[in-house]
Amino acid sequence: MQKYSVFSLIKNAFSDHQNWEVAWKDPTPKKEYDVIIIGGGGHGLATAYYLAKEHNISNVAIIEKGWIGGGNVGRNTTIIRSNYMHDDNALFSEFGMDLWRKMSQDLNYNVMFSPRGIINLAHSDAQMNAYSRRGNSMRLNGIDAVLLNREEVQKRIPMADFSDNVRFPIFGGLMQPSAGTARHDAVAWGYARQADSMGVDIIQNCEVTGFDVTNGKIVGVRTSKGDIKAKKVGLCVAGSTNILAEMLNMKLPIETHLLQACVSEPVKPLLDHVVTFGAGHFYCSQSDKGEMVMGGDLDGYNSYSQRGNLPTLQHVLTEGIAMFPFLSKLKMLRTWGGIMDMSMDGSPIIDKTHIDGLYLNCGWCYGGFKATPASGWTFAHTIAQDRVHELNAGYSLNRFNTGDLIDEKGLGTKTWIS
Amino acid sequence: MLYIFCPHCGSRSQNEFAYGGDATVKRPELNKEISDQEWNNFVYLRKSPRGKHLELWHHISGCRQWIKVERDTSTHEIFKTYKADELTE
Repeated sequence: MQKYSVFSLIKNAFSDHQNWEVAWKDPTPKKEYDVIIIGGGGHGLATAYYLAKEHNISNVAIIEKGWIGGGNVGRNTTIIRSNYMHDDNALFSEFGMDLWRKMSQDLNYNVMFSPRGIINLAHSDAQMNAYSRRGNSMRLNGIDAVLLNREEVQKRIPMADFSDNVRFPIFGGLMQPSAGTARHDAVAWGYARQADSMGVDIIQNCEVTGFDVTNGKIVGVRTSKGDIKAKKVGLCVAGSTNILAEMLNMKLPIETHLLQACVSEPVKPLLDHVVTFGAGHFYCSQSDKGEMVMGGDLDGYNSYSQRGNLPTLQHVLTEGIAMFPFLSKLKMLRTWGGIMDMSMDGSPIIDKTHIDGLYLNCGWCYGGFKATPASGWTFAHTIAQDRVHELNAGYSLNRFNTGDLIDEKGLGTKTWIS
Repeated sequence: MLYIFCPHCGSRSQNEFAYGGDATVKRPELNKEISDQEWNNFVYLRKSPRGKHLELWHHISGCRQWIKVERDTSTHEIFKTYKADELTE
C-alpha cells in the first residue's frame, strides 16, 4: 500500500494526481472466509481492521448492502466524548478516546481529530449537583472533567443567551476538555483502506438475504451475490439489526428510530467547543468549514426511513435558538436522518449469541460514532477469541434478563424518549 | 407531518399526539408465576419490524384517548387506526 505523506503528495502533484493507488479494491466474494462482518459502516470496518491487525485474522469479508460509510458513520454529528458516569461506559469510552488520539498515525489517514472539548450546560442548581456528581465519577475513572460556573461558561461561549429573564438561565456546565470531533468519512475510509491492505475483502452493493445455521452453529451467509461460507459472522448493522435478527428468529431489546441532524450555512469561526443544551435535547458544534452542525431529538416513533420529519426539526431548532439566539439568523444548508438501534437501557450490546459463531454488535443509540474504534477493537477481540473482553463484558445481551442494566440516563424502555 | 385519524376526533396532525410504542406487546397474566424470560420478553424484547407496525398513540392534546395505529415504518403510510380496546385484524 502506498503510504500517504507529504512526499507522496508532492510526487503525485507532478502527475496531476492521476496516479494515486485506489484506496481499496472492489473484489468479488470468495467461496469461504474465516470471518464475515455484515455492515460496512464505521464499526464493521474498524472490526475488520482490528481482526487483521490485533488478531492476525485477515481472511475476512465485509458485506455491505449499500456503499461503505453511507449509513450512520456518514450521518452523525461527529462528536467524540467519554463523559459517562457508569463504569462500563466510562472505561469503554475512555479506551476509545486513546484510540482516537492515535488514529491518524495508526491509519496513516488524517481523520482530523479535534479535541476541542464538550460543554454540557446546566440550567438549575439541581443540574449543577448532578453534573458535579457525574464529573467526579468521571475523574475517578481517569477521565478529565471540569465543572464550570456561569462566568467560566460565558468566557468560553459568549454567544449563548446570558441575558436576564430567559426561560432556562445558564447556571454553569460540565466540560470534558479532551472530547471533540473528527472527520467522520475519513474514519470510515481510513479503516477501509488499512483493512483492505491487510487482505480484508470489502464487498459493497451486496445484500444479506439469509443465514445458514446447522446444529446451532453458523456456517454461512446468503447474499445477493451468492452464498458465502464463514466460520464466524459478526453483525454490525446498527438500525438494520432487527431486520437481520428476524431472519435468525431472534428478538432483541432494540427498536429502530430515526434521528435527524442538520447544518447551517458556513459562517466565520465563533464556536470553539461542542455544546449541549441542558434543558432539552440539542447539541451544536462548528465544523472546519464554518457550518453549525446541530442535532437533537429522535423523530419519536419507530422508523426505518432515513429521512426526517419537520415537526421534530422545528422543535430541536427552537431549543437551539433558546441556547444560541444567533442561530435564528442562519439559513439551513442540509438536513438528513439516520436510523438508530435504540437499546432498552441506552447502552450498547457487544456479545456472543445463542448461535455458535454468530456475534452481535448493536444498540448504539445516539453514541455510535464516538464508539467506532473501541467498538471495533472489542468486537474483533470477542470474535477472534470467542469470548468478551473485560471492556465489553458489561455490554452483554443477557443483562436485560438478569437485571444488570447500564441505564446511564435512567430513562427506561421508552427508547423514543431517550 | 403525519396526519393521524383519531377514531374519536377525526384527522389531526401528529403534534397533538404522543407516541406509546409497540401495541402488540402483551403483559404476562396477573396472579401467575412469571419466569424471568417471560418478563424479559414483555419488558425489553421488540420485533421493531420494517413495514407494518401496530403501535399505540396518545391523543394527548386532543381527546386524551389512547388509540392504536397501523403504520408502515419505512414509508410512514398509515393504513388504519383503532380505538384502544378495539380488536385489530
